[in-house]
Amino acid sequence: MTEQCKCTNGEDNCCKKGHDEKLEKLNSILEEFKGQPGALIPVLHQAQQVYGYLPEEVQYHISQGLGVPLADVYGVVTFYSLFTMTPRADYNLAVCMGTACYVKGAGELVQKIRDEFGIKIGEISEDRKYGLEATRCIGACGMAPVLTINEEVHGRLDADQLEEILQKYKTGEQSTTHA
Amino acid sequence: MTHSSHILICRGTACVSTESQEVQNELEKQVRERGLSEQVRVVHTGCFGFCARGPVMVILPRGTMYCEVRVEDVGEIIERHILGGEIIERLLFKDPQTYEPTEKIDEVDFFRKQVRIALRNCGHINPDDIEEYIARDGYKALGKVLTESTPEEVVNIIKKSELRGRGGGGFPTGLKWELTRKSVDDIKYVICNADEGDPGAFMDRSILEGDPHSVLEAMAIAGYAIGARQGFVYVRAEYAIAVERLNNAIKQARQKGLLGKKLFETEFDFDIELRLGAGAFVCGEETALITSIEGNRGEPRPRPPFPAQKGLWGKPTLINNVETLANIPAVILKGPEWYASFGTEKSKGTKVFAIAGKIGNTGLIEVPMGISLREVIYDIGGGIPDGREFKAAQTGGPSGGCIPATLIDIPIEYDSLLEAGSMMGSGGLIVMDDSDCMVDIAKFYLEFTCDESCGKCTPCRVGTKRMLEILERITEGRGREEDIDLLKELGHGIKETSLCGLGQSAPNPVLSTLRYFEEEYMAHIRDKVCPAGVCKKLSKIRIIPEECKKCGACTKVCPVGAIKGKPKELHEIDPDKCIKCEECIKKCHFKAIKK
Repeated sequence: MTEQCKCTNGEDNCCKKGHDEKLEKLNSILEEFKGQPGALIPVLHQAQQVYGYLPEEVQYHISQGLGVPLADVYGVVTFYSLFTMTPRADYNLAVCMGTACYVKGAGELVQKIRDEFGIKIGEISEDRKYGLEATRCIGACGMAPVLTINEEVHGRLDADQLEEILQKYKTGEQSTTHA
Repeated sequence: MTHSSHILICRGTACVSTESQEVQNELEKQVRERGLSEQVRVVHTGCFGFCARGPVMVILPRGTMYCEVRVEDVGEIIERHILGGEIIERLLFKDPQTYEPTEKIDEVDFFRKQVRIALRNCGHINPDDIEEYIARDGYKALGKVLTESTPEEVVNIIKKSELRGRGGGGFPTGLKWELTRKSVDDIKYVICNADEGDPGAFMDRSILEGDPHSVLEAMAIAGYAIGARQGFVYVRAEYAIAVERLNNAIKQARQKGLLGKKLFETEFDFDIELRLGAGAFVCGEETALITSIEGNRGEPRPRPPFPAQKGLWGKPTLINNVETLANIPAVILKGPEWYASFGTEKSKGTKVFAIAGKIGNTGLIEVPMGISLREVIYDIGGGIPDGREFKAAQTGGPSGGCIPATLIDIPIEYDSLLEAGSMMGSGGLIVMDDSDCMVDIAKFYLEFTCDESCGKCTPCRVGTKRMLEILERITEGRGREEDIDLLKELGHGIKETSLCGLGQSAPNPVLSTLRYFEEEYMAHIRDKVCPAGVCKKLSKIRIIPEECKKCGACTKVCPVGAIKGKPKELHEIDPDKCIKCEECIKKCHFKAIKK
């Protein structure tokens, strides 16, 4: 996980270096796509990879760089669910809410996480460590119900197994095994 | 170098989630360490389809299939199977009913009734190696049309095969090609729609992961037929493995001169680029998809003009779904008559389905059109687990409907499914049993479409929201008898007046469940009961007096003290206090508490 850049105006010296590095990356992305038709969405994808999310300042920079009105950039960012304007948690718990997972008890997994961390779908915990999200079908229906924690897919889960996995993350012993 | 054994290991998304990558690494390590690299070749493939038993491994030449292979099993496989020539029975597939093991992949019921055309290479080749695709006649169809046929002839072959769009609509593919071909313009585009969004559907993902070149080859053939030089694949960003393999496949095809300039030493140029979606279901609709590639909010626009006349950047554009395209090379090589020999009168060929839900063998299958739902669920799917009863099958995702148990012998084809109030859709098939509530399922789908409605047209934006509110109050016990008629009226109104396919089909899950399960709706409304016990606000948890052993376990586990009765006294649940957390149901050893 890359460190979160908090100095959007570049004044805070402690993370100025990180800020500059990210800006440089963003500029080279803009350079690559400039003038290409339909460049906005690929640029936003890559910018989100750099920053972890798409705050207003980044959107403004992209709007200037591509010569696209800021309103259009904002319109696209808010239209697509993969683009986010809020920073993400360290561990993003995404419960698949596709039909197969739903009929096999994905709702119980959500309930369990809610009980455990006191967060609802779309929220992140106060310490920014855990976020809960309901995702669209990820196509691992053979393994339903499925939960992904960051990139890792855990399948065929019930509430007890989930408890085990969550405990591992809570105690800092990050699970590297797949369920 | 010829190897005496090939070990094929599935690296589709489902198998990867159960450590197939680790199994492959261990295999390769042990093969190397034991000095077997000359004899044994380890190949990762795309999806075999047998996702329920993953990770799946097939060892050639025998064709032995091992299921649920763990890293710990690798040593034994090398020792006993490869070196000792033995079959390891404990890893074989066992029939869920009879526990009889089956050794060979093509003898397992799940595979026997299938006809694999679109999936012909999935599970057989390494998708990251273009040579393996070429070895199975890959790019031969492209070479054939470029050197032997005129574009008109190609269009005629596709028309003659009577292939229809596999993305859901079922529009005749050949006709679409002809319309785009007839539009006069210097610049035209071919788009592959890989924005597979229906929950429970993973056909396109599996094809892209298992056989990406078949799609690329078909796009080049389409480009030649309609007169386009540029193609785009619009694929969901969530499909990480598919994106990686597509990128790799495009790179390899360019290196081999199978994409780019002057293909097969003709004057035909064709190249393909990827475009990633960003999580909007509506972008599966063709005009919305085009708007999205252009870099805008993915909102649909009215048709006509159709993309065949005015599509991407105002140019004539052909949009085909992944599965449709995957069929094309086979149609060209084996002939349209061969293809049309499968299926029924109006639905030719085969269809890939992703079967999931309450079914034994979850996975990916390809069957001839016209096969009955019963055969799919019981013969291929292995029936309903846990001794429960089949209640309904949902096809077509949020645009489709539920087919009830009474129609289980219905043939699966475009028209019969439409008649039954559902639709073919892209191929998701979710099986439900008697523990699923149909009102809740309808609500689930409506929540989905309501959330994914782009907001451009009022019937879809406001209408689906109103329908959802009605369903919410029904499932919470506040339903009114007139709600049934109101739902029907709203549903028909939305279908007739929405701008695009999303809105036009959004009411289907509600209308089809109303058609077959109206009694279940009425039970929610009139009796305030959810017969399946799913809708929490309506469920009543009760203790069956005859089964209760009066042990007191449930009284201790209840977090709100809603269960009265000391040990050796009959227990009773106070419905006003009960929060329906179901902890007591889980605790009771005698299954005496039911909802």
